[in-house]
Amino acid sequence: MYPEYMAASLRMVDETRARRLELAKKPEPVYPPMDAAERRAVLEGFHPDFKSDARRPVRVGPNRGDILTTEVAHLLESHSWLRPEQVDLSRPDFETDLLIIGGGGAGCNAALTAMKEHGVRSLIATKLRMGDANTMMSEGGMQAAVARADSPTRHYLDALGGGHFENKPELVRALTEDAPKVVQYLENLGVVWDKEADGSLQVLHGGGTSRKRMLSCRDHIGAMIMRTLMDEVKNHPDMIEVKEFMPAVELIRDEEGRCAGAILYSMDSEEFFVVRAKATLIATGGFGRLHIRGFDTTNHYGATGDGLVLAYRAGARLMYMDSVQYHPTGAAFPEQIAGFLITEKVRGAGGQPLNKDGELFVFPREPRDIEASAIIRECVQNGGGIATPSGRVGVWLDSPIIDLIHGEGYTAHHFAAIHRQFLRYDLDITRVPMLIYPSLHYQNGGVEINERCETNLPGLYVAGEASGGVHGRNRLMGNSVLDYNVFGRRAGLFAGEYVKNTTLAPLTLSHLDRHERDLADAGVDSELVTPILLPSYAPEDVKKRQLIRGGNVLPGSSVLRNRLHSDATL
Amino acid sequence: MGSASAAGHGINITHDKAKDRHVTVYVMGKACLVPGDATIMGAIEYAGHQIIRGAGCREGYCGACATLYRLPGDYRIRTGLACTTLVEDGMTLAQFPSIPAGKAIYDIETLKPDVSAIAQTYPVVFRCVACNTCTKSCPQGLQVMDYVQAAKRGDIAQVMDLSFYCVACGLCMLRCPAEITQPLVATLAKRLYGRHLRKESRELAERVRQVEDGSFDPEYAELMAMSREALSQRYYARDME
Repeated sequence: MYPEYMAASLRMVDETRARRLELAKKPEPVYPPMDAAERRAVLEGFHPDFKSDARRPVRVGPNRGDILTTEVAHLLESHSWLRPEQVDLSRPDFETDLLIIGGGGAGCNAALTAMKEHGVRSLIATKLRMGDANTMMSEGGMQAAVARADSPTRHYLDALGGGHFENKPELVRALTEDAPKVVQYLENLGVVWDKEADGSLQVLHGGGTSRKRMLSCRDHIGAMIMRTLMDEVKNHPDMIEVKEFMPAVELIRDEEGRCAGAILYSMDSEEFFVVRAKATLIATGGFGRLHIRGFDTTNHYGATGDGLVLAYRAGARLMYMDSVQYHPTGAAFPEQIAGFLITEKVRGAGGQPLNKDGELFVFPREPRDIEASAIIRECVQNGGGIATPSGRVGVWLDSPIIDLIHGEGYTAHHFAAIHRQFLRYDLDITRVPMLIYPSLHYQNGGVEINERCETNLPGLYVAGEASGGVHGRNRLMGNSVLDYNVFGRRAGLFAGEYVKNTTLAPLTLSHLDRHERDLADAGVDSELVTPILLPSYAPEDVKKRQLIRGGNVLPGSSVLRNRLHSDATL
Repeated sequence: MGSASAAGHGINITHDKAKDRHVTVYVMGKACLVPGDATIMGAIEYAGHQIIRGAGCREGYCGACATLYRLPGDYRIRTGLACTTLVEDGMTLAQFPSIPAGKAIYDIETLKPDVSAIAQTYPVVFRCVACNTCTKSCPQGLQVMDYVQAAKRGDIAQVMDLSFYCVACGLCMLRCPAEITQPLVATLAKRLYGRHLRKESRELAERVRQVEDGSFDPEYAELMAMSREALSQRYYARDME
């Protein structure tokens, strides 16, 4: 239930609904979309990336001197878990053709494709369980130009415009051109797409789409695809070995400068293991759990940007790590679900963001960075927000209008997951709007790849959210589900081909010594040991007491102690 | 629930500390004083635990945080996802991050979307005694027993529909006296439906053919050769459906 003091504002939302419903029924936009100059103004004025301390130059590594998101720069200027001289690389604990770090959508797709196309065996090492990934959580949909009125080239132009024309063109072409095939491939694996009576795929709009292109599996597309891929991976235990609760903490190179595997760490026994692999794929996803600028996140528990750290220390270049995606509509009330994702499909189906007076203040389907900035502007500058009892602020997302547009029962069927989520707190979104505010959602940039998922480090492949270049500095809705499918499959295809002609030289961790020297030369003073692996949500006083007992935090000491760093260190 | 503060939103509103209410919950047997409006997961972390098993997406999709609990003065065993279930005073709870279940190995291509697939992969389904404990234990409120019955009949479409929102937390199979592995059956049925019972999309097949024939190559070449200014012009002038 909403607190009593919100009743007046809720009444205004009710009062304006009939008028807004009339607008929604017309072919014209319900609110004028912004032009290029308006977009620039709202971004520069209100997007969190543009705050004065949001970015700073990184002092070491392949991107030295580049301006990066501050928290990312801290992360890259940190120490390794390992003391290289104590690691015996001459007798690897495991050997494989293809090591896949990360058990989400990209990793599973790569393993299946390498097996199917090349008969290549792989080992998937993942920090938590298989499927504990942002892939599991996507709600709204996947873009693919399958409708007759649409085309892959229209999709290309929409994605490029959404990314402010900074995306790597060859990656966007791969993304949009492979999309129809991906739909077919997933359907053949058993994904249940939403369809029309004649069998054609149901399509909806998303932010920044010029044609209806959003395919869906009700509001559970991520779980549907992830569970299908995991199930198929588990059908091939002879070809794909899975190691859960075994994150990678460092990449290994060979003496000829190629990537040659990784060091894994057992979350249970705190042992380290050497994996020698002809090719390595980083499919570790994003960084929402770094809580950049103190924002809540829509991301899963393990999204701590591990792949960035590993790749960077081994010499791989990053791209667009100065840009963070805030999803326009994270939950702002009740407190227990603050930051949770409210899919953009709500707006695709006609849901409208409204200020405290029940009035529209932005076109509901601007690209994400624009929409999020406009919501922040409405709260911070225009005073149009509604404060929550716990000190947050948000605007309304009018959901009851959806059933008025599409007919009663539409919300309960197409948004069953969100409907259920709010019902737990006695809020029926078919009757009352949701209170929303932008939530930290996606790592726009990452390790720079080409259309073969190759990096500047031979033998290192990257796919999915960990990669950079596909989306420029702003991803559109539905292009990440597409991304990990397109590039996960491409990684399996091209890495699978690469391993056939590769013989490794002796292994080395000399890049870690070089990294430590670089830190010293740059005068970096950091206690941080990375990858972070997991965030700590213990209260600050508990953390302090834990640190007393734990003593000094040394590289190579227990993961538990590392996690005790307060958020302030990051 | 995260550690992030509302201050990150750029607006400061004083938190009314007087309204804070704490309750006692028993985490794996040990009493902990936690905020009264916490989720079970938030309470476990508030007590200082670093969860390794038992937290995944933290938003109700992944099923990592299956929890059993009892409330004072109530004999019933209750079930919930730790990430979205609120604590209550006197609650005793334990997490079940992994529930043993043997996944069948199969080739989705060759299975038939009828009762034969169920008999081949999860014949344990036929042990169902229709006690409805699975349904009562489902934190998603799904009609689990109904889909098990549908599986017994080989009604794959109904299993798919009724189990659509299964998060595979496994609480049903933990409670099932017939030892059925319901979430595995649900995944199988969805895959069988998607692979074998779907209605084909003619326009999808056509579009895939067009891509393979290179129908879009000239337009891609044109777009990829355009300057940023020209692209921007074309983008803002494009027509919207």
